[in-house]
Amino acid sequence: MSTEESNAKPLEYRTESGELGIVGFWIFLAAEIALFGTLFATYAVLFGRTADSPLPSDLFEPGSVLIMTFILLISSFTCGIAIHEMRRGSVKGLVIWLAITLVLGLSFIGLEIHEFILYAHEGATLQSSAYWSAFFILAGTHGVHVTLGSGWAILLLIQFAQRGITSITSRKVFILGLYWHFLDVVWIFIFTGVYLIGMVI
Amino acid sequence: MANQSRKIPIQHIVGFALSITLTLLAAWTALRSSLPVMWIIIAILTMAVLQAAIQLFMFMHITERGAGHAPWNMMFHAAVIAVILVAGSLFTMSFGFHYDNGGGDSQPEQQQEQHQN
Repeated sequence: MSTEESNAKPLEYRTESGELGIVGFWIFLAAEIALFGTLFATYAVLFGRTADSPLPSDLFEPGSVLIMTFILLISSFTCGIAIHEMRRGSVKGLVIWLAITLVLGLSFIGLEIHEFILYAHEGATLQSSAYWSAFFILAGTHGVHVTLGSGWAILLLIQFAQRGITSITSRKVFILGLYWHFLDVVWIFIFTGVYLIGMVI
Repeated sequence: MANQSRKIPIQHIVGFALSITLTLLAAWTALRSSLPVMWIIIAILTMAVLQAAIQLFMFMHITERGAGHAPWNMMFHAAVIAVILVAGSLFTMSFGFHYDNGGGDSQPEQQQEQHQN
């Protein structure tokens, strides 16, 4: 049995509902890309329409943005390790790495809120200009996704403590992993398209 | 995917190192290099696409056989939609239009200035 298992698909794919659940989640991710595509398009069109509010190049600071980027990159990595540990059958490894991911996710949210408060103090709020509306909606939508992902990870950690690795819980964690990596992909484009380009122009 | 029970996840570590390198390289290109702005934008966007591909292939197991070809199809078509959305919006809304930033009255010379920035 054990030799057979090492050649078989990972546990989360082994039931039909597990497999369909994962395919379904990829469809959801495609829809999310379309959602973020519209937000990026709005942002790109409204770029430079700052009216009387501060310019992005005055407010964006490389330091804090790089720290946020690295936190999210590292959390994406630890989340990948958590899935890897799960496939090796280690509940302890999964819980530890997922908990690290969760802590990193929460600190990312904390930094982002801190950043938004800083911008608001400098006079850049959702209401101040078309540019800043587009910016806060884009970055804020990503932040909301990270917040939801963190809540999701907390719930899954509780469920794991109760039930261990089954075909259902492993499917759930794998899907959370996909979601978390996807958030990192979106952030890469926010980091490049919004912050870096905002500091260059 | 060759061996699920391998102790050290080499693929993840390589992917992680590559993402960190690309992030630093993109930041350096944007903040420290003296390239023309257009080249900087092209370079850092290319690096972002590369990094997204690393996430998809090395962390999200997009080519894993479990879910068939669906993930690859989904991501490819969604990426096409996103590119059409952003490039199409910029083309229809901004192409050839120069916004007079906070100027109020739009004199021809001011618009020329905007064009050069």
